[in-house]
Amino acid sequence: MTAAAERTQENATDVLAVARDQVLDRGVGLTRDQVLAVLRLGDERLEDLLALAHEVRMKWCGPEVEVEGIISLKTGGCPEDCHFCSQSGRFPTPVRSAWLDIPGLVAAAKQTAATGATEFCIVAAVRGPDARLMSQVRDGIKAIRDSGNDIQIACSLGMLTQEQVDELVAMGVHRYNHNLETARSHFPQVVTTHTWEERWDTLRMVREAGMEVCSGGILGMGETDEQRAEFAVQLAELDPHEVPMNFLIPQPGTPYEQYEPIEGRAALKLVAAFRLALPRTMLRFAGGRELTLGDLGAEQGMLGGINAIIVGNYLTNLGRPAQQDLDMLADLKMPIKALGDTL
Amino acid sequence: MFCVHCGLPEADGDHPSCRGGRAALEPPRFCPECARRMVVQVDPFGWAARCSRHGSTTSAGAGVLTD
Repeated sequence: MTAAAERTQENATDVLAVARDQVLDRGVGLTRDQVLAVLRLGDERLEDLLALAHEVRMKWCGPEVEVEGIISLKTGGCPEDCHFCSQSGRFPTPVRSAWLDIPGLVAAAKQTAATGATEFCIVAAVRGPDARLMSQVRDGIKAIRDSGNDIQIACSLGMLTQEQVDELVAMGVHRYNHNLETARSHFPQVVTTHTWEERWDTLRMVREAGMEVCSGGILGMGETDEQRAEFAVQLAELDPHEVPMNFLIPQPGTPYEQYEPIEGRAALKLVAAFRLALPRTMLRFAGGRELTLGDLGAEQGMLGGINAIIVGNYLTNLGRPAQQDLDMLADLKMPIKALGDTL
Repeated sequence: MFCVHCGLPEADGDHPSCRGGRAALEPPRFCPECARRMVVQVDPFGWAARCSRHGSTTSAGAGVLTD
């Protein structure tokens, strides 16, 4: 065999060479087996992998980064048993129930908009919203608008009925978050009080109603590499507008309290692999990156496929200061997506 | 005084799980005066914690309880 023929044969079997043609050039996401092959690459290929994922992101999504702030409207006391969550009322966690008042919500939205963020997500720890919560959301959105703040508002309120989907559309909610959390095959190990399919049904209604779909999950909950690959392609099948990537922060009192955080290089491989599975999707750094990746790893992730971030704190955990992320984006010469670009 | 992360007396042991990287991502959960669980609200830029007996504290004035 000639040297040229050997190189051709190597490229045909090297997943990064395949991804360069399939994902970068043609915009076709990796299959489950291909994602698995990426996750099994040796650490010596990490730099090449991140560089390719960054090229894919730049070609199919562009240089802008979407910045978002999130706020917990109703904290704790959730009846569900999501094993990762400190807000479940079923586990002996130190988180107590709390409701945020409307002035607090308006102030948080104002501070978020002041960072240049275009997205403000209102979150509640519930199975699904009741009339009181829907009323609080409606009043909160009205108060934010009355304050002169035109930031785009997303919601994450659990599983919805069709009527609630329609109500949220009427309130002007433009995006709805409902994470599938993990691979379908692993979900029963993570949550027993509802099913992956119930979550999928809510996402289907959200899409059909014209809202943008936001759905991702948490990595590091005992899933295998095969299940991580499965999850990536299940998200690709859903084709959401946005995928938030969280890395487990083991929460005191939860069943996952003793889990070890994902190692940094493995987390970066996941970021890049998800980008190669979802070339056109907004991929957002969410909770856990501070613990898993630290400051340097966050930069590597931004140069390895990520094109959106949550700035500041999360729902019950603290993040790094928003200004630190804004400075990072400036250093990386990544422009923040402006509100006018999204309307 | 009590540990704000686990509610046990500060003087009891080294509290290794309350000093690590994960704990740095946690707002205070227990009142340092009485170890009651506090009601904590986290927002994108700070946190506020309230003890039913000893008042409130915020990230802006961390550690200072005010009625």
